[in-house]
Amino acid sequence: MEGDISKIDNILFNLGYLDLLAYRDSEIHRVNPVAKFITTVVYLFFVISFNRYEIKMLLPFSIYPLFLILRADLPFGYILKKVLYVSPFVIMVGIFNPIFDRHIFFSFNGINITSGWVSFLSIIIKYFLTVTTVIVLIGVTGFYNLCYAMNKVGVPKVFSVQLLFLYRYIFLITEEAARMTRARELRTPISKPVSLKVYGSLAGHLLLRSINRAERIHRSMILRGFDGNIKIAGRTSYRLNDFIFMSLWILVFIFFRFFDISDFIGKLVLKVFL
Amino acid sequence: MHMADALISPSVGGTMIAASAGLIAYSSSKVKKELDDKKVPLMGVMGAFIFAAQMINFTIPATGSSGHIGGGLLLSIILGPYAAFLTIASVLIVQALFFADGGLLALGCNIFNLGFFPCFIVYPFIYKKIVGDNFSTGRIFGASLLSAILSLQLGAFCVVLETLASGITALPFSTFVLLMQPIHLAIGVGEGIATAAIVLFLKRTEPEVFYTPDKSVAGSYRKALIAMVGLAIVTGAILSWFASQYPDGLEWSMEKVAGTAELETPGNSIYEKFKSLQEKTAFLPDYDFKAPQEQAATEEEAKWPAVSAGTSISGLIGGTITLLLVILFGFLLKNKKVVE
Repeated sequence: MEGDISKIDNILFNLGYLDLLAYRDSEIHRVNPVAKFITTVVYLFFVISFNRYEIKMLLPFSIYPLFLILRADLPFGYILKKVLYVSPFVIMVGIFNPIFDRHIFFSFNGINITSGWVSFLSIIIKYFLTVTTVIVLIGVTGFYNLCYAMNKVGVPKVFSVQLLFLYRYIFLITEEAARMTRARELRTPISKPVSLKVYGSLAGHLLLRSINRAERIHRSMILRGFDGNIKIAGRTSYRLNDFIFMSLWILVFIFFRFFDISDFIGKLVLKVFL
Repeated sequence: MHMADALISPSVGGTMIAASAGLIAYSSSKVKKELDDKKVPLMGVMGAFIFAAQMINFTIPATGSSGHIGGGLLLSIILGPYAAFLTIASVLIVQALFFADGGLLALGCNIFNLGFFPCFIVYPFIYKKIVGDNFSTGRIFGASLLSAILSLQLGAFCVVLETLASGITALPFSTFVLLMQPIHLAIGVGEGIATAAIVLFLKRTEPEVFYTPDKSVAGSYRKALIAMVGLAIVTGAILSWFASQYPDGLEWSMEKVAGTAELETPGNSIYEKFKSLQEKTAFLPDYDFKAPQEQAATEEEAKWPAVSAGTSISGLIGGTITLLLVILFGFLLKNKKVVE
């Protein structure tokens, strides 16, 4: 099936491209990965802490991902496209809100907006904010640095080292899978989906090749002096900027969480113009 | 069926992160104790394999639908439950970070739903018990099928519980369950068949790859369970204390600052259904599912809809202007000096 190959190529491209962005250099890229990681986690907690009918207080929170994208000059279109590929699960769960929650939330010129639609919109906004921010975090930090940051905030070393291995070998093994799929397709003149019997040996062979590769890797690691301990190198120094980045943003989040700017501006406008 | 950040509340996300973190810490210490430094590269490569193999689909005979492996069960069969749990957790982290599948705060939920059940419940208590030592084709097939279906059913049910406990959706419990379980039955059959096909192939070609527990460091699943439940209860208790003290404070201050009351209301008695379910199961007894808010909300409902049109219009205008301001502010900040 041609579908499989283009899908695999697409995934490899996605993985590589996002990490490539992290090799750029900007003031955001230079912020310590630990500071970026902590700030982002705090951000996510604030965003999801709103009740399900909240919309206007969520809007100011879009400043953080937008700030990161623009200051780090990440390709806006690429990130938007990635986010627009909205998780079907979120939509599936959210779309039931308008069906089951039919209170009138407010009326506007005779049009009744039910609370179900309000909460649906709220879910979609939260989805956009959280997903964009996580993708942007990778784009300005990179996977290696993120593993380092996770290790610093207490993730066990066996686990973070293993994550690095996983990331390193995704490219190789996915390419291997693509080669195998391509080979099968070229030998199948009439395009047929993979049957169960073929699947077992296709995936099984891929698995055996992966295990053999792991063994070769292990041997070469020992030859290079591996003693069971892997050191993750990362930037250990903290500059003043890192603290400023972290504390300023957290203060901004707290302000947005407690003070309804949208409401304030709305009332101000009504007062001035009416 | 990845949970998403947008669907969970901080207390549910936090509790599940604590549960999964506890399991990761426990599994990490177990893997370290096995003193087999081969395992770390093997785990990494196996995770990459799961990633790649998920892209190969096959057609399920006589149905025309397709299936692929999920990972947790196959990994447990080859790496053992502890290493498998760490590996599936890493696969989920990469998916969350690079493909926006799930989210960073929902990771705890996802790792628990997709890792805990296959590795610590289904593999030791179902798969191992059925297959035993004789590795017959029929047994492997039956065990894989049953195990995959069970893990996915349990995982899907957890998704329902986590979503409802978060209170973001208005979906009634029964509808949600009726929606989730059958879909995951189909996915489970697909995964079961796929796993069986691979395990049977390995049995023919290289049977020594299967995991055999190292008796000297044999872990106890009970300990893993206690570690997980303990951490979850502590965090749940702390977070629900925050949930009942802090957000109430939050709402109070919002009322003071913004002049609008909290508009929370339980949609179609999810809370009641959930509460009765929770009382029946008594899971996390310390975790009070926002009971004070529920009462407040019921009171609120009495005067529903009490939102003044003025507040809504000012909200609409204010929200739009805020969004425009944010965008404007962002573009003013645009950085031109970025080195590729």
